[in-house]
Amino acid sequence: MSVVGDIIESTKAIIKGMGVTFSKIGQEKWTVEYPDDPVTMQPRYRGQHLLHVDELGREKCVACFLCAAACPSDCIYIVAADDPRAPEERVGVDERYASTYNIDYGRCIFCGFCVEACPKDAITHGYNFELSVYSRADLLKTKDDLLITKQKQSSNYRVAFSDEDVDSEYKEV
Amino acid sequence: MDWNNPYIYALGKFIAINVTFIVVLLIVAYVVLAERRVLGLIQGRLGPNRVGYGGVLQPFADLLKFIFKEEITPDKSTRFVYFLAPVIAITAALMSMIVYPFGPEVSLPFIGRVRLAIAQFDVALLYVLAITSVGVYGVALAGWSSNSKYALLGGLRAAAQLISYELSLGLGLVGVVMMSGSLDLYQIVEQQSGWGGMNWNIIYQPLGFVVYLISAIAETNRVPFDLPEAETELVAGFHTEYSALKFALFFMAEYVNMLTVSVLATTLFLGGWNGPFVAQLPLLGVVYFLAKVFFFLFLYIWIRGTLPRFRFDQLMNFGWKFLLPAAILNVVLTASAYYFYMGARLVAE
Repeated sequence: MSVVGDIIESTKAIIKGMGVTFSKIGQEKWTVEYPDDPVTMQPRYRGQHLLHVDELGREKCVACFLCAAACPSDCIYIVAADDPRAPEERVGVDERYASTYNIDYGRCIFCGFCVEACPKDAITHGYNFELSVYSRADLLKTKDDLLITKQKQSSNYRVAFSDEDVDSEYKEV
Repeated sequence: MDWNNPYIYALGKFIAINVTFIVVLLIVAYVVLAERRVLGLIQGRLGPNRVGYGGVLQPFADLLKFIFKEEITPDKSTRFVYFLAPVIAITAALMSMIVYPFGPEVSLPFIGRVRLAIAQFDVALLYVLAITSVGVYGVALAGWSSNSKYALLGGLRAAAQLISYELSLGLGLVGVVMMSGSLDLYQIVEQQSGWGGMNWNIIYQPLGFVVYLISAIAETNRVPFDLPEAETELVAGFHTEYSALKFALFFMAEYVNMLTVSVLATTLFLGGWNGPFVAQLPLLGVVYFLAKVFFFLFLYIWIRGTLPRFRFDQLMNFGWKFLLPAAILNVVLTASAYYFYMGARLVAE
């Protein structure tokens, strides 16, 4: 009789499994239809860098080269310069500022060390992840591309609220 | 129209056959799309939905891709056989499509009263079994001629599996043939038209139906019996070395075989075009027929979304030690029941 029992048991198991898969058809999907719908980014996400400015619009960077020194892939290139004008008219917050600030996104590994190293909170990671270009040379971003005042913000993502957990792997199923 | 004129008759059949092939290939194209979308839905995804509205043009995009892909022929392959194998596979798959009756006798404008079957002859079921068996050649030869170890192993597995499960497939159908006393598919369907169109063979042949369904899934190399193309161990099985349109032919052949098997299950076990109110409105039969076929196709996709793959020894054990005895048991039971039924009828008379 064990054969008959086996058949009944396995048939039950198959029917149960089929029921599970069938019930999944109508359920909510994980897919985000990306170019049409915005992607939700975590607040901690490390995307393209942002060079910050203070409330007067002066660059926070003082060209201390700590970010360039911390960079493991050597992708940050800075040229320091002096700005002897009055504090309100300066380019940066201090006399010393970075006249050139390049990040080579062909080399950057988005490790965040530059952000940790910066003493002035002048560089942080933004959320822009759409970095693909048609030419390799375009991967080199200059200060004009990186400054928070000049960087073009994409509407293809939104940043999650701090109490909103979008990571499915930590979500209780 | 004068159907006794042999030229008109031949021309009519020729057009009908071509229309059938086009319809079959269209159904196949959309079954592929339906499979991808339903599998996606089962797995919490959306599936391809961007080409055309809801992805309706996806099959044509795929076809274009197949046409423009590079045709690769392995250096040490056996050229002639390598090119022949996909042709055999698709030909064998398509040839059986013309014999299925898809509706009752209807009167159509310009054509007159016809039975909705492209070809009707006495040994249709035997013809279907014979033609679908030829498909094994396509698979086995493809595996052998590619001169690749994965393809060869895939081809060998496919041949072993198809030959093993063909026995139980055939024996599963014997019960139906015994009951109806005919191999003509149109007659088999007509005999199931009692009880307001609900007198289906599945009521008398539940065991035969289960045996047929399982061995049919194995015959078409589908999950959970898709060992010939087990990608974790064999890359892609017998069609590893095939690319572009030659691959597309194998791909289409697999889905045409699925359709064949579904249509056969509908015809033999689920009463073909029979259903309520077909007697009053004959064209409703076509709708019933298609609904049943699509139910089976959905079942295929559903099973693919649910079950994992067998191991090869499990496959062979299941086929020879369980399915074949079950099929033989079904034949014996049917034969005895029929014997006693006929005996009782003779006594009563």
